[in-house]
Amino acid sequence: MIVAGKKPFAEINEMVKDHKKIMIAGCGTCVAVCMAGGEKEVELLASQLRLARKKDGKEVEIVEATVTRQCDREYMEPILDQARECDAVISMACGVGIQYLSDLIEEIPMYPGVNTRFIGTNESEGVWLERCMMCGNCVLGETGGICPIAICAKGLLNGPCGGTNKGKCEVSPDKDCAWTLIYNRLEKQGKLDNIREIFPPKKYSLHVNPITQVNPAYQHAQMEEHHG
Amino acid sequence: MAKFKEALNSGKFVVTAEVGPPKGTDITETLEHIDLIKDKVDGINSTDNQSSVMRISSLATCVLIKQRGGEPILQMTCRDRNRMGLESDLLGANVLGIDNVLCLTGDYVTVGDHLDAKPVFDLDSVQLVQAVRMMEAGKDLGGNELNAPVKFCCGAIVTPESDPIEPQLMKYEKKVKAGIEFVQTQAIYDIENFKKFMQYARKVNGDVKILAGIVLLTGAGMAKYMNANVPGIVVPDALIEELKSAEKGKAVQKGIEIAGRMIKQIKDEKICDGVHIMAIGREGVVPDILAAAGL
Ligand code: SF4
Ligand code: SF4
Repeated sequence: MIVAGKKPFAEINEMVKDHKKIMIAGCGTCVAVCMAGGEKEVELLASQLRLARKKDGKEVEIVEATVTRQCDREYMEPILDQARECDAVISMACGVGIQYLSDLIEEIPMYPGVNTRFIGTNESEGVWLERCMMCGNCVLGETGGICPIAICAKGLLNGPCGGTNKGKCEVSPDKDCAWTLIYNRLEKQGKLDNIREIFPPKKYSLHVNPITQVNPAYQHAQMEEHHG
Repeated sequence: MAKFKEALNSGKFVVTAEVGPPKGTDITETLEHIDLIKDKVDGINSTDNQSSVMRISSLATCVLIKQRGGEPILQMTCRDRNRMGLESDLLGANVLGIDNVLCLTGDYVTVGDHLDAKPVFDLDSVQLVQAVRMMEAGKDLGGNELNAPVKFCCGAIVTPESDPIEPQLMKYEKKVKAGIEFVQTQAIYDIENFKKFMQYARKVNGDVKILAGIVLLTGAGMAKYMNANVPGIVVPDALIEELKSAEKGKAVQKGIEIAGRMIKQIKDEKICDGVHIMAIGREGVVPDILAAAGL
C-alpha cells in the first residue's frame, strides 16, 4: 500500500488562508488505512479549519467528500460537480490521487493535505515500513524475499557495509540491517549461493521519470494502429 | 611500478597511514602531517569526506601528498558521486600520478554534517572495484572504449570484528573476486581474533596483501565510546584498564605504546603483511607510534 503522513495543520491552514469555500477530499483506500487521509481524517481537518477560522473571526464553508479511490476516474465522477463549486480543494489522497483529481478539475486550486512517503506495510499498530522502491528490476528472488534496495539504507546489492551492527543499521538502532536479514533468511532456505555472485550495478535507465508501463497486449494494438 | 605496489610485492612489512583533509582552505596542518610521515610510510591514505563530513576532496589531498613527495592512496566512497563521477575522478587521479585507490561504500549521509544531502550509492564498493578493473581493461562502465586505460593498485576494506561476521566475509569474498590487491582492515585490538581472520583470508586468496588497521587509542573514554558507538570495533577490557592506569595527562602516551606493541607483535609473528595506522585527528604522532614499534 501507499503510505502517507498528515501535513501539519498550521501548514495546511496557511496554504488555504485566502479561500472561503473549500472541499476536503479524502480517499478511502491506502491513506485511510494508514490513518492519514480517510474519512475520519477529513472530518478532523474540517473541524480544525472551522475552529481556526472562527478564532480569527473569518468565514469558511467546508465540503467534506471521501471517495473509495482518488486514483480511479470512476470513483471521482460523483464529487466533481461539487468540487467545481468550491474555490479550493484540499486532497488528502496520496500524491497520485491529488494530481489525478487536479487533472479532472483543472480550474480549481488544489492543495495537498498529506505528505506521501513510500509503499510499504503495516508492521505494528500505527507503524508502517517502506518495502519497495519500485526499481523496475526486482531481485527479491535472489535476496530471500527481502528488498536490499528499500530495506538497506544505502540500497547495496552485494552485502553489508561496515556499519552493520548486531543486526541493526548504522543509520539508526531502530532499523534492521537488510543484509543481516537477507543472510539469515537465505541460510534458513539453504540458498546462500544466491548471493555469492556479484550483482551488477542497478539500471537507472529503467527509471526515466515519469515512467510509463504498457501492457504487452496493448503495445501490440498500439503498434497496429500506428502502422494503419 | 608504483611505489606502494612495489612495497606490497617486496615482501617487506608494509606501513600505511592516513590524513583527514581539513574543512576549509587552510592546509597548514595537513601539510605538516604529510611532511612528518611521508618518508616513514609506504603510502598515505586521504579520506573521502570521512564520516560524511564535507571537507577538501580526497583527490585534491592526494595531489598535495604527491607534491610533497609522498605516495598517495586515494580513498573513494560511493556516497557522493554516481558511476560517471567516480569514473571520471579515476581517470583524473591516474593522469595526476595517483596510482593507488581504496574502494569503500561510505558512511550514510545522516551520520555527518549535511543531513539533507542526497545519498548517491549508485555503485557499491564491490562494483567500484569492478569499475577500476574494467577501466584497466580499457573500457568504462557504459561499455565505451577509453583512449588509454587506467592503471591502479586497487584495494578495499574489511571489518574482521563485524557482528555478525558471515555476511561481511561473503562480501569480502566478492571484493577478492572483483580483483582487489590489498586490504586495509577496520581497527583491530584482539590479536588472537585477528589471527583467526587471517587464517580465513589466506584461504580465500593468499595473494591479497592484508594491512591490519591500527587506530590510536587516546584514552579509556575514547575506547569505551568506540565500543558503544562504532560498529565492528571491539576494544578488550584489558586495554581499557591499561589506558586507565596511565598517569594523568599520559593517556595518549599509553595509546602510542599500545599501538606500537601491537604493530611489533604483528610484524614479529608475521601475522599479516603490514599495518594501516589511523591516528584520527592526531596524525602528528604517527612517527612516535612507529618508533614505539621499533620501525
Ligand atoms: S528489488 Fe526491491 S525495489 Fe526493486 S522492485 Fe523488488 S522490492 Fe521493489
Ligand atoms: S548497516 Fe546494513 S542496512 Fe544499513 S546501510 Fe549498511 S548494509 Fe545497509
